[in-house]
Amino acid sequence: MTTANSSSIQVGTLRHSLFEFWSYFRENPGAVAGLYFVVLVLLSALFADVIAPHDPTVQDRDALLLPPVWQEGGSWDYLLGTDAVGRDLFSRILYGARFSLFIGLMVVTLSMSAGVMLGLVAGYFRGRIETAIMRLMDVILAFPSLLLALGLVAILGPALINAMIAIAVVLLPHFVRLTRSSVMVEKDKEYVIASRLAGAGHMRLMLNTILPNCMAPLIVQATLSFSTAILDAAALGFLGMGAQPPTPEWGSMLAEAREFILRAWWVVTFPGLAILLTVLSINLMGDGLRDALDPKMKRS
Amino acid sequence: MLKFLFTKLAMIVPTFIGVTIASFAFIRLLPGDPILLMAGERGVTPERRAELERIMGFDRPLWEQYFSFLGDLLQGDLGVSIVTKAPVMEEFLGRFPATVELSVIAIIFATVIGLPAGVIAAVRRGSVFDHTVMGFSLTGYSMPIFWWGLLLIILFSGILEWTPVSGRISFLYFFEPVTGFMLIDTLLADQPGAFGSAVMHLILPAVVLGTIPLAVIARQTRSSMLEVLGEDYVRTARAKGLSPLRVVGVHALRNALITVVTVIGLQVGVLLAGAILTETIFAWPGIGKWMIDSIARRDYPSVQGGLLLIASIVMVVNLLVDLTYGLINPRIRHER
Repeated sequence: MTTANSSSIQVGTLRHSLFEFWSYFRENPGAVAGLYFVVLVLLSALFADVIAPHDPTVQDRDALLLPPVWQEGGSWDYLLGTDAVGRDLFSRILYGARFSLFIGLMVVTLSMSAGVMLGLVAGYFRGRIETAIMRLMDVILAFPSLLLALGLVAILGPALINAMIAIAVVLLPHFVRLTRSSVMVEKDKEYVIASRLAGAGHMRLMLNTILPNCMAPLIVQATLSFSTAILDAAALGFLGMGAQPPTPEWGSMLAEAREFILRAWWVVTFPGLAILLTVLSINLMGDGLRDALDPKMKRS
Repeated sequence: MLKFLFTKLAMIVPTFIGVTIASFAFIRLLPGDPILLMAGERGVTPERRAELERIMGFDRPLWEQYFSFLGDLLQGDLGVSIVTKAPVMEEFLGRFPATVELSVIAIIFATVIGLPAGVIAAVRRGSVFDHTVMGFSLTGYSMPIFWWGLLLIILFSGILEWTPVSGRISFLYFFEPVTGFMLIDTLLADQPGAFGSAVMHLILPAVVLGTIPLAVIARQTRSSMLEVLGEDYVRTARAKGLSPLRVVGVHALRNALITVVTVIGLQVGVLLAGAILTETIFAWPGIGKWMIDSIARRDYPSVQGGLLLIASIVMVVNLLVDLTYGLINPRIRHER
């Protein structure tokens, strides 16, 4: 009876806090617009094979560098035109959404799980292990992000999966630092001491007691890292160190389009626009999340 | 202050050692046989192989290799490029001024526009101007700058034909570099039109490289100004009847600048990372393009040296920023 009661109370508070969160989030029109666009990108990624009019890798030799439909010479067959080997740009951008979202998700999952673990250990145990972890993070931070990613890709070899691992390493210190500082604040609070006195072990204290109370800034950081990951992966793809052709990844599409910039503006414009809008809407969403999760920050 | 200085210096030493270990490990972590990788597809004869191994020091134990690497490093010796056979340090220093010039102009561009925009946005909080600045700032922050550069090339070089597409100066001009900074060298060379050509070549890359710092500076200036404008002493200054310009320009801005200057200093990493992309797009002969070319050519000693030098520059600049911050803000100095 008591367990049923407490769980229904928990569900009630969860619903209440979600409601509260949404009412704060809704106040920020930019964040809501960002959310809608991200949902749109997500849907086009999920249903790319249904929506896309063409196969993203099939080449139509009769339609090389065809302009978008509204320009003279354009065709309804190819809404946004075609690239230099006659592939449909619109379909490639739709499929590209899959790669970008997948990259963001994988990088954030990798980086956040490792970063949170290291940060928890550093902030909880302190001492030598903390020094070791934090100095290692300092070393990672000393390298400009893209340069370190490039160096790691040179070691691992140019491929999308290696680019993702490299970016995850680059983003790691942010999660470690954030988790560590939150843990250090929470660690000496009374609820943690109470839990320790009640006999909770290290693992329980770290994962069940302290971690849930450090989540708000981590969620915001995860959102921001998601957009950074997409940007960096596109940059690596552009430099030929990420996804390899003919993968319809937005960054490598730009790399292929480079030689045609003065002849065919559309092959350059649309993939980049897709990157910009996706990253921008995720950042807008991140701003809204921060305000909603921490209403005190709103004033600044 | 001295204690503050030493604490900061003591913190940077382990990081620097870490950076040297990371760069040292770089070549040794490459998959496969480093000698074969460097030799390329044609392979090597056993004699050449032994020679290469001896040059690289691969025939000695690892710890000995590391210490000899460290010893060479302290003498400014970073090894020799496999491709050009020139010392890596020389290659780096020859290209470094081009990157510095580009970065300095980029950060000046970002500050000259970002700082006033942030101040006005804060003073007119909630106005159309404020929303516009914040909108542009977030867009700039989200910008894939390699794409931004291509768009500017399409517009200014392709359609309007105002600016050249690549390089640092027109082929029409030739002179011996004195400082390595094109803007200064063209003035010294006294060739009519050379300076103008250098400026035209610099504009687009500087705008592209300055875009993200511009966004960050505008945002940071706005938020520090908002914070300062809410303080009691600003209200007192207002209540004394000082003109709004004086309150904002002298009382508020001076204190808001402390964080802004720090943020500007911390852009050096962003600039060096951005330089890789910007220099690639505009064929700018700086260290960013050199790094990319070295990676593509598998010139690993160059990549190793470049990684180490660039990380050292970032660390030193960050240290200087930290120290300046402590100098202008005593609260930081006495914290620990």
